[in-house]
Amino acid sequence: MNAALSFLQRVDKERYAAFVALAILTVVSALLSPFFLQWQNLLNIIRQVSYTGIIALGMTFVIVSGGIDLSVGSMAAFVGCLAILVLNGSFEAGWPEGTAVAAAVACAMFAGLACGLANGLLVTKGKIAPFIVTLGTMALFRSLSLYMANAGEFRSASSLFGELGSSAPLGIPLPAFILVGLAAALAFIFGRTRYGRYTRAVGSNSRVALYSAIDVDTTRLAAYTVTGAMVGVSSVLISMRFNSVGSSTLGVNYELDAIAAVIIGGTSMSGGRGTVWGTVVGAITLGVINNMLNMVGISPYLQGTVKGLVIIGAVFIQRQRQ
Amino acid sequence: MTPPLFRVRRLRKEFAGNAVLRDVDAEIRRGEILGLIGENGAGKSTFMKILSGIYEPTSGTLELEGRPIAFDSPSDARRAGVSIVPQEFNLAKDLSVEENVFLGAELLKLRRVLDRTGMRVRTAQLLAELGANVSPQDRIEGLSAAQKQLVEVCKALAFDASLLILDEPTTMLTRREIDRLFALMRSLKARGMALVYVSHKLAEVKAICDRVMVLKDGELVREAPIAEIEPPEMARCMVGRELREIFPPKRKAVGPVVLEVRGLSSPGAFTDVSFTVREGEILGFAGLVGAGRTQIAEALMGLRPSSGVVRVGGKEARARDAKQAVRQGFGYLSEDRQGSGILTGFGIAENMTLVSLRDYASLPFVIDRDKEVAKARTWRDRFGIKASNLAAPLESLSGGNQQKVFLAKTLDPGPRVVMVDEPTRGVDVAAKQEIYRFLAELAAKGAAVVLISSELEEIIGMCDRVVVMREGRIVGELEGNHVEEREIMYMATGLRTGANA
Repeated sequence: MNAALSFLQRVDKERYAAFVALAILTVVSALLSPFFLQWQNLLNIIRQVSYTGIIALGMTFVIVSGGIDLSVGSMAAFVGCLAILVLNGSFEAGWPEGTAVAAAVACAMFAGLACGLANGLLVTKGKIAPFIVTLGTMALFRSLSLYMANAGEFRSASSLFGELGSSAPLGIPLPAFILVGLAAALAFIFGRTRYGRYTRAVGSNSRVALYSAIDVDTTRLAAYTVTGAMVGVSSVLISMRFNSVGSSTLGVNYELDAIAAVIIGGTSMSGGRGTVWGTVVGAITLGVINNMLNMVGISPYLQGTVKGLVIIGAVFIQRQRQ
Repeated sequence: MTPPLFRVRRLRKEFAGNAVLRDVDAEIRRGEILGLIGENGAGKSTFMKILSGIYEPTSGTLELEGRPIAFDSPSDARRAGVSIVPQEFNLAKDLSVEENVFLGAELLKLRRVLDRTGMRVRTAQLLAELGANVSPQDRIEGLSAAQKQLVEVCKALAFDASLLILDEPTTMLTRREIDRLFALMRSLKARGMALVYVSHKLAEVKAICDRVMVLKDGELVREAPIAEIEPPEMARCMVGRELREIFPPKRKAVGPVVLEVRGLSSPGAFTDVSFTVREGEILGFAGLVGAGRTQIAEALMGLRPSSGVVRVGGKEARARDAKQAVRQGFGYLSEDRQGSGILTGFGIAENMTLVSLRDYASLPFVIDRDKEVAKARTWRDRFGIKASNLAAPLESLSGGNQQKVFLAKTLDPGPRVVMVDEPTRGVDVAAKQEIYRFLAELAAKGAAVVLISSELEEIIGMCDRVVVMREGRIVGELEGNHVEEREIMYMATGLRTGANA
């Protein structure tokens, strides 16, 4: 009894709230449409939210550390373009298809990491506000992608690349596996390691962190770098899905969806508090809302309205609780 | 006989049941400069804040020219003729002088439109009266401290203040600027204004005031015309009290030198500072606020750039950052608990291990929570922290318990040199006594302790040796029987230097 009570006390109430909201939403959706609970539909939702969900995992670290990253969508396009170029280049150079795909994946990971690192360095060493830095790199990454592809799209020359994107081991879409796997890994880092603790400390009060002998700059730098790596993963997955990269279309509004997922998941916009699993729940919540709107026949043009209202509502509720 | 301009009767202010001002009676007369002195925490600022409408008294009355009056807000007080020149200037740095002077009380024409010409003319006129070398259109940002102060005075005069309160007005001024300020104060006095001058600098009080009031522990302990009281007596009145039995017995340290500082300087903070601390010793750092004591601790912690020699246990130990300082055996309890000490949203255990988290990692990075909680439990029991749940956020704890958590956090890495800065600020007497006991125990176990405090009682009760600082320099050192309130006050206020250093 006592153990149960102390467990309840330890459960993060904000994470709990996000779960409850998702449960209610699921029940409402199931009542509104008989198709909602069908296995195929649910898998579809999970796959759709995976791409931005993976980015949102990294965004959780950035926001908890007291920052923001607006560049993730453009970065995804930029990284995707590079990945396809490497894929086609190595394929045409006569590499085996599997190796070429591996090279493309490695390139995306590395490029994402490097872009994130650049954001982080500008924020920490350059001492420029994260909003400004990532607003700038948002424009920059998009423009570079458009330039590389001449505003068009890069098609992958490998069919294996595309097949991987629509593969579904054990009947579950590959991106969903990766989302859950990365979420588990990052949740462990966030909750159980020194780095996770430092991230919260820095976001909670960076001056206290500094006086507590915590390397504030490195902690913040790592958050942007992790986000860059997640963008790399997400970008590869979405490129695989279409077997091409549209330089003007890939990643559009991803920053919005990723930030929304983080906030709906209960992470405090002012930093210091949040959970990784909450973000996953937030991403799924967004997906369920979109799915429900589709099912009941509401114009897709209005989906943004609903999303906007949900984000504002989530922050409003946070404020009330404080 | 005409009534005094301002009279307070049995003025009392309590915060959460703690009386910081105890039934003070006072009067302020026209054409007089009244000096208000007292130690930190004696109730001076509370008294001023009541006069200027920032606080409402818990009980007691204010009378203006014989009529009872109550202020709802600072602007209320300003309309009644009471203005304050705060120690921390309250100016919008991007606005011009004239915009600041009339900020919140702009002159209007046609009821809605700013009367810019009117404000400019009035500001120019006031600045000329004050002899200020400032134009109404200058932006605040480019002004010197003295000029900003004149703008504050201007603000007060723009509303025909009859009572002007100056809070530590000379701390940022040069000698010449101080002379000019004093001349200005005398001319305002000659016009029939009443001035209240709050300061730590007793020589200045003697020079400029007509009458002096000494506050101690919220009570008015002495009031005298300036001719009847000399600075040494002022100092005695400010601090003279029985040392209560809240301090553990002092012990003389004879161990080897642990911390040695030679010629340490930090630009804009302190210059050429040298001292040593022995094993088991509690070295006191006394001085007025702003004397550079906190900055020394920050420099030793690697939080501010410095040059000079620092050795711990004979080894070079000047740190570039806090991480390095912790490795070299420094621990620092900062004076600003909320701003740089603890994370109020974090749990008790998480706060305690924040500096020493490395020691709780089983794998290189993974935190061993059981070990962490076990250690937090021992700190809780040792310090008697009243909290059943170690995961409870710190904001749910009282100030005294928060301070103990902060102390545990500082001590958890096992520092050899422990610097505590105002360690009992904002805690009740019982917690104070406990903290003194912990510090004494710490020293007894062989740590070198540096105690920075503005409460002289604390320094005298705890330390066998005291270094006194003034304006970024060490001005003297007292030991044994010479550690005495008057001596420290003389040195800290610049009445005497050297002593038996």
